[in-house]
Amino acid sequence: MTATSRPSAERPISPVGERQVAIRTKVTVSIDGTDVSVLEGQTVLDACTAAGVDTPTICYGPTVTPVNACRVCVVEVEGSRTLVPSCSRPAEEGMVVTTDSDKVMHSRKMVLEFLGTSSDVSQADDIMGWIDDYDADLGRYDEATTQRMTDEVKIEDDLYIRAYDRCVLCYKCVEACGEDAQWTFAIAMSGRGFDSRISTEFGVTLPDSACVYCGNCVAVCPTNALQFKTEFDLRKMADWRPEDQTITQTVCSYCGVGCNLDLHVQDNAIVKVTSPSDHSITHGNLCVKGRFGYQYVQNRPSA
Amino acid sequence: MPEVAVTDARGTDAERNAVADAIAIQSPGLITFDAIGPALTFDGDRIARSGAERIFNRRHLLLPVLHAVRDAVGYISEGGANEIAEALQVPPAEVFGVASFYELFTFEQPEAADVVHVCDDTACRIQGANGLIDELRADGVVVHGSPCLGLCEQAPAAFVQRTGQQHVSVRTATKPAVDAALAGQVTVPIAPVPQPSDALTLLARVHDAAAVDYEGYVSTGGYEALANAVTMTPAEVIEQIGDSGLTGRGGAAFPTGFKWSAVAGEDGPRHLVVNADESEPGTFKDRVIMEHDPYSLIEAMTIAGYAMGAEQGWIYIRGEYPEATRSLKSAIAEARSKAMLGDDVGGYSSQGNGFRFDIELRMGAGAYICGEETALLNSIEGYRGEPRNKPPFPTTNGLFGRPTAINNVETMVNVNQIMLLGGEGFAQRGAGRSTGTKLFCLSGHVRVPGVYEVTYGATLREVIDLAGGPVGDLRAILMGGAAGSFIGADMLDVPLTIEASREHGFSLGSGVIMLLNDSVDFDDFVARIAQFFRDESCGQCVPCRVGTVRQSESLLRIREKGAAVETERVLLDDFAKVMADASICGLGHTASGAILSAFDLGLIGASS
Repeated sequence: MTATSRPSAERPISPVGERQVAIRTKVTVSIDGTDVSVLEGQTVLDACTAAGVDTPTICYGPTVTPVNACRVCVVEVEGSRTLVPSCSRPAEEGMVVTTDSDKVMHSRKMVLEFLGTSSDVSQADDIMGWIDDYDADLGRYDEATTQRMTDEVKIEDDLYIRAYDRCVLCYKCVEACGEDAQWTFAIAMSGRGFDSRISTEFGVTLPDSACVYCGNCVAVCPTNALQFKTEFDLRKMADWRPEDQTITQTVCSYCGVGCNLDLHVQDNAIVKVTSPSDHSITHGNLCVKGRFGYQYVQNRPSA
Repeated sequence: MPEVAVTDARGTDAERNAVADAIAIQSPGLITFDAIGPALTFDGDRIARSGAERIFNRRHLLLPVLHAVRDAVGYISEGGANEIAEALQVPPAEVFGVASFYELFTFEQPEAADVVHVCDDTACRIQGANGLIDELRADGVVVHGSPCLGLCEQAPAAFVQRTGQQHVSVRTATKPAVDAALAGQVTVPIAPVPQPSDALTLLARVHDAAAVDYEGYVSTGGYEALANAVTMTPAEVIEQIGDSGLTGRGGAAFPTGFKWSAVAGEDGPRHLVVNADESEPGTFKDRVIMEHDPYSLIEAMTIAGYAMGAEQGWIYIRGEYPEATRSLKSAIAEARSKAMLGDDVGGYSSQGNGFRFDIELRMGAGAYICGEETALLNSIEGYRGEPRNKPPFPTTNGLFGRPTAINNVETMVNVNQIMLLGGEGFAQRGAGRSTGTKLFCLSGHVRVPGVYEVTYGATLREVIDLAGGPVGDLRAILMGGAAGSFIGADMLDVPLTIEASREHGFSLGSGVIMLLNDSVDFDDFVARIAQFFRDESCGQCVPCRVGTVRQSESLLRIREKGAAVETERVLLDDFAKVMADASICGLGHTASGAILSAFDLGLIGASS
């Protein structure tokens, strides 16, 4: 499914008898009755996007391998008994996809009810919006008998915190810490079922673990379960004001790689550092220096 | 790959030795490199959850090594886990992530060296399991409530997980029996099955105690099926399997010939995996075969290996089957020493049709989900037993990403019959899609519980009559286990075939027929089923991870808080629908079936 090389003057498409050069062909998929063409290897989600259909996603991210865990992006594919996760199913020629059937709507609504009654999603703006869009009714669950994630927030250093009562177990941080970005494997899914938790080995603190504080897990977290300590502290003081923040784009000054940084600034102080996920060098990932080593920029004499 | 980073905690000598020994003694017969591809030894790549490649050394030894450390010292300590991480070069967070997935591994020094797991699930629950647990606890024994242990015909049952000693199961458990097991005595099991040998086909050998040895097996017709198979080409063997109409006996009833020809049609190396993770509540048929006729499984696998050109076979057996594990382990070693496994099976190369085949036995560690075939593959590979998204299917992307056939134990031993009778001869018994004989697991309120072998098409009443009929006034029958459904006495005359059961809205599943009379507290019984799914969901996908919990809460509200059945039913229907439509695997798809059927039969809320 991957293109091995491009035909060029030096390497023309060879006749039969030599190794053929793979060419990405297009496939046509019907999305809610509209035919769209996408490259072979692209997903049903890509086809939905091409057809202008908005699809909710949580465990999917442009920079991480989808693990098909959240099931909020499910669609109906003709010939399939169960719903199909659009984020990871490759589009196939002639596929007939429905994204707005009762079955799809019901599953999305229920997934949102399940997440909303299990975790604190109040800082997950997308999820809060979809809860409204899909008429998810969190009120019909009896509070006293409905189990939630009630983990205490883990504050182990000055860089970032882990509030697992907000976690929806989407695996994105595990993927980012592992083979999708950092290859550190400081965290993994542990336990089983509703008691599953993202954890270091034996729950040791991050400073004791293999964590290198790249913060790439923070960058992909969809619910703010992982957040900068600065953001956490400001939120605690009810002083987190995204609407008053500016974003300054710059290039990291530590080494010659040239990572783009977005400095989020509130009241003339850096409160968070990100990198655009579509940036050709970083893909949203940084190292500890670029992510957290910004104090020198604002090295003012302390009061 | 850089060295993995571990914390300062070090393992004890005992832990270090356990790791080293497990790595050294593991896999004497494992065919490596050229047959399997490099994946099994070094630099193996693997189709991960979603297709990414992962590269780790010896990762697939993680589960055996975890067992070794647990069995040596009674738990997995931080230092012990670090030894494992370094020896296998698996990140410590992943060692913990994998170990904590399984019920039989714990992480703190246990209160006692030996832990008693008493089944308080379906069949044992209605036969005094909770009373036994109370009695044992009152005496200071460390007891864990357990899901079904696959000993339902000898309920209540217990599994004693010992330290430094071999594990044992306790059948028809009483406090004295458990005490005896803790003292190292093994209780004598009852006759393996109630029917006499002349009424049995697949199980014809189980009454013959000598057949658990190689000589006894051979003298009772063992290895004749293989001798017949090698007179055919591999393609002809698969054709016979197809002609026989054999379908999977694990629950899904998929045509075996189809599966085999799909795998044989892929490029090698290929794998054969036998699913012996028999964990569906109420199911114990595979255990009987493995305990009493282990060579029949080995022979059938050898035939399958020959037919598909798979040189490596794997048996994944649940960790709570210590006797079956020992029986298989010694039979595999013996078969190897008789050259019935290895580089030239049976010396057939002298006849021009030689082939290689060997079997690796792997033990689960307490996770129902590992009976789901792709979760099982992940478990063997040393990952969490989380099901993979399908497609791709195991026939193309299975174990270590290679084409893999996964068959249930009972399905597999039918292969011997097909080789003896021919495909068409086999298909003489039964009809339509339901050919051959089927093993049914009768338990609960029935006079003579046990495994019964009948030709497909016998009615439910006939099978129950074989077992002496119900005890008391029959109220409902649980068919197919927790993933199946309850049916009423109005179904007694339905013939037990794949087609007829489906037509009547139930599934034969793994062959569970659990009789329940009117003494059963169904609110409690059904709540236990909901609890089972809540405990056994792997947690990967939201519909099942949360849905099984919400479902369990709903049933507890009815049972404990007197919540209105009608209100809860609305919620339960919504939970059922999203789990069936949007879960990744069969666990979520079937987690509501039995529960909703109990409502439909009026079993719920009837006692209040």
